[in-house]
Amino acid sequence: MEIIGMGFVAFFMLLGSFLGRILGQFIGTGGDVGGVGLAMLFMVLAVNYLENKRGRVFKERTENGIKFLSALYIPIIVAMAARLNVVGAINGGLVAILAGGLATVGAMFLVPLLSKLKK
Amino acid sequence: MLTDAINSFAGADHLIISIALVALIMYVTKKISVMLGEERIASALAIITGLVLAYIGGKATGGSSGLADVSIFGGAGIGLLGGSMLRDYTIISTAYGVKIKNLKKAGPVGVISLLVGVVFSFAVGSTIAIVLGYTDPAEVTTIGAGAVTFIVGPVTGTALGVSSEIIAISVAAGLVKSIMTMVITPFIANLVGLDNPTSAMVYGGLIGTTSGVAGGLAATAPELVPYGAMTATFYTGLGTLIVPSIGFVIIRAILL
Repeated sequence: MEIIGMGFVAFFMLLGSFLGRILGQFIGTGGDVGGVGLAMLFMVLAVNYLENKRGRVFKERTENGIKFLSALYIPIIVAMAARLNVVGAINGGLVAILAGGLATVGAMFLVPLLSKLKK
Repeated sequence: MLTDAINSFAGADHLIISIALVALIMYVTKKISVMLGEERIASALAIITGLVLAYIGGKATGGSSGLADVSIFGGAGIGLLGGSMLRDYTIISTAYGVKIKNLKKAGPVGVISLLVGVVFSFAVGSTIAIVLGYTDPAEVTTIGAGAVTFIVGPVTGTALGVSSEIIAISVAAGLVKSIMTMVITPFIANLVGLDNPTSAMVYGGLIGTTSGVAGGLAATAPELVPYGAMTATFYTGLGTLIVPSIGFVIIRAILL
């Protein structure tokens, strides 16, 4: 069933959020620090464990529940973009262009360096 | 009577109105990108449209929550649909397609490029933020996180409790990265030796913005797309894990 797939993701989100909050208290910022990354990490490990153990992870309908959520990821980001304080951020346009631009160009020139690592 | 009906209609079903709006944005930007013959820019175009609408909403209402301040999208509308709860939920679901065996295939060089890629982008983004006068560690970290990807920025910003304005800057930084990657990859491919599976995996790990990497490689050498995507799929997850935690602690130590 689709809802089981959605519940599977929900379980890892709650687990990550809980661990992230512990980390947040530990660092002293409060809030959920790194919870999304922890949730993804545990889910990747669980999915790969299940796949190795039983050949496939879920029945098709259960998988559909997860794929539905994945398909909503860009539309949700669009909705998120639509509720940000863009008027206030316009003054920060330069920092956005420089930060994003230099990180991209710099990373591209690291490609030949790291490619050499593999003999 | 009709006015009452319209008012009552516009006062209900905010979430459904917002879903319809996002669907319309996705549909129109998809059509435009197909017309331009650049289908891979559809997502970036849709996100830019969202930012433009947030600007219009902010100008029209004088509020700080973009379109969520416009009453028919307010309440449990755009605010809920684009809130951190559903955002994190859908981002986590994308981990379902991530295969550990792909990381093993990429080998140590893939893992190293992922780590170097996240750390490098974060360091460059944070440095720019500091140079341009940001002094609050949470704000600097969020802008640095935006230079990692447009997902890592808002996730970090929410964790550290920065203002919506700073989160918008981080999304913009991530978008600049994604679009620049698509545009300049074909031109610098020869220069950086992007012509074999290994360099494509290194490239995916270093740049990491999935849509940018897939788009950029597709325009360069389509057969390299799976190799770049293989490492890039790990990038955002790694970013959301280490940037708000270790990254923030380091920035705080530097600035205090």
